[in-house]
Amino acid sequence: MALIRKSKQIKWHRKHLLGLRELSPEEITYILDTAGGFEQISTRSVKKAPPLRGKVVVNLFFEDSTRTRNSFALAANRLSADIIEFTRKDSSVSKGETLLDTAKNLEAMGIDIVVIRHSAGGAPKFLSRNINASVVNAGDGFCEHPTQGLLDVYTIRKIKGSLEGLKIAIVGDIAHSRVARSDMWAMTKLGAEVIFVGPPTLMPSQVHQLPVKVSYCLDEVIEEVDVINMLRIQFERLGGNPFPSIREYSHYFGLTVERMKRAKKNILVMHPGPINRGLEIESEVADGNNSVILEQVTNGLAVRMAVLFLVNQAAAQQAVKI
Amino acid sequence: MKVILDSKQIKRVLKDLTDEIISDIPRNLDIAVIGIRSRGEILAQRLSRQLSNKLDKDVPCGTLDITLYRDDLNSPQGSTQPQVRTTEIGFDINEKIIILVDDVLYTGRSTRAAMDALIDLGRPRAVRLAVLIDRSGREFPIQADHAGYKTDAEPGNLVQVNLVESDGKDEVVID
Repeated sequence: MALIRKSKQIKWHRKHLLGLRELSPEEITYILDTAGGFEQISTRSVKKAPPLRGKVVVNLFFEDSTRTRNSFALAANRLSADIIEFTRKDSSVSKGETLLDTAKNLEAMGIDIVVIRHSAGGAPKFLSRNINASVVNAGDGFCEHPTQGLLDVYTIRKIKGSLEGLKIAIVGDIAHSRVARSDMWAMTKLGAEVIFVGPPTLMPSQVHQLPVKVSYCLDEVIEEVDVINMLRIQFERLGGNPFPSIREYSHYFGLTVERMKRAKKNILVMHPGPINRGLEIESEVADGNNSVILEQVTNGLAVRMAVLFLVNQAAAQQAVKI
Repeated sequence: MKVILDSKQIKRVLKDLTDEIISDIPRNLDIAVIGIRSRGEILAQRLSRQLSNKLDKDVPCGTLDITLYRDDLNSPQGSTQPQVRTTEIGFDINEKIIILVDDVLYTGRSTRAAMDALIDLGRPRAVRLAVLIDRSGREFPIQADHAGYKTDAEPGNLVQVNLVESDGKDEVVID
């Protein structure tokens, strides 16, 4: 493992984590350093520590999720918090309750941290302004998925030592990807160069205003990048016909064994999951030596523990001030 | 500011601690040294080297970060923000005699946190507490098994242990 240069101590004051766009490079580094201290909890005999004892975390998920929801639940459990699982299907939301009413009712039961995923961009921010609990964004619309962005840069930093000067390609459906956006903010703030790669129909309309390079051809960039993050084709979000056929998409933008032969030997292959095997990535590549897809999942747990810990710390400190 | 131990005296005190630990623990038992971050870590490394030399066997050394076990996490006082760092213990603590090392024993709260952190890692045969400075003012029923130097500093005073590895020189001052 490469040596990691530690940041100088900063004062963490955010009781919410809404996105990475608003964070400074020092704040991002501070979260990553903190996450480093949580990694070992998952490897020892008692996989639990007490810092959130007596706190209540709500998983408020208005969209489907396996990885993120379970990861947050396990992170909260490992910090000794109690966790309430809330999903849209079996709740009063199906009876027409508004987001704010749902949250206010949960808050009336005495919760401390809300982890929210919502299809509307800005929902976490809205919530943070209207309730007293800490709010952690677990994905909002096409805006941000900050803990995914953090776990991605954590994984890269752990292996490469630093993001400074790295070239990173993010490939696929950029337009509908909050992961691409959070990755972009985190990676560029830590000094990497980000290239968005995909067909023009899957690029956001204002892409040239973002701090990234754009390429419409994977073969053009595959040889030069140090990290490649393959996004999932999100069939549930695609309207119209953004590409002629799945086969054609795979042909031009899939990470195949053939393409990997032209990539750098030590390229890191990432994927936020769930994988469409054989579509955006071939199985042999997803399971190959360059793949860190499962490390991403493991690291996600440490990163989410760090985030829950830090927002709770900030909330405790602000409570003292009042 | 008053210097209560200079570098020569610190060396002497650590040597005495080493001898005391050796005479206290039966030879046939496995021992390991674990330091509490951050000054305890450095002292633990020195003790483990000296113990390894004198016992002519490897005495493993680890580092414990107790931040997650502190009892003031949800009632923060003052401006210090707890920073979580790594616990690095590369050996099995089960059935070993663990020498827990800290620079200053004062209220006893850090030691309490350290014991809780330690037993989440396994079940040592015994835990002994070794400190460079034993200062009065205990708030918990905790005492050191091996104390290098005792002092009755006033509650308002600060006892600061400086070490070459972290501060450039070996010195204990009272402020």
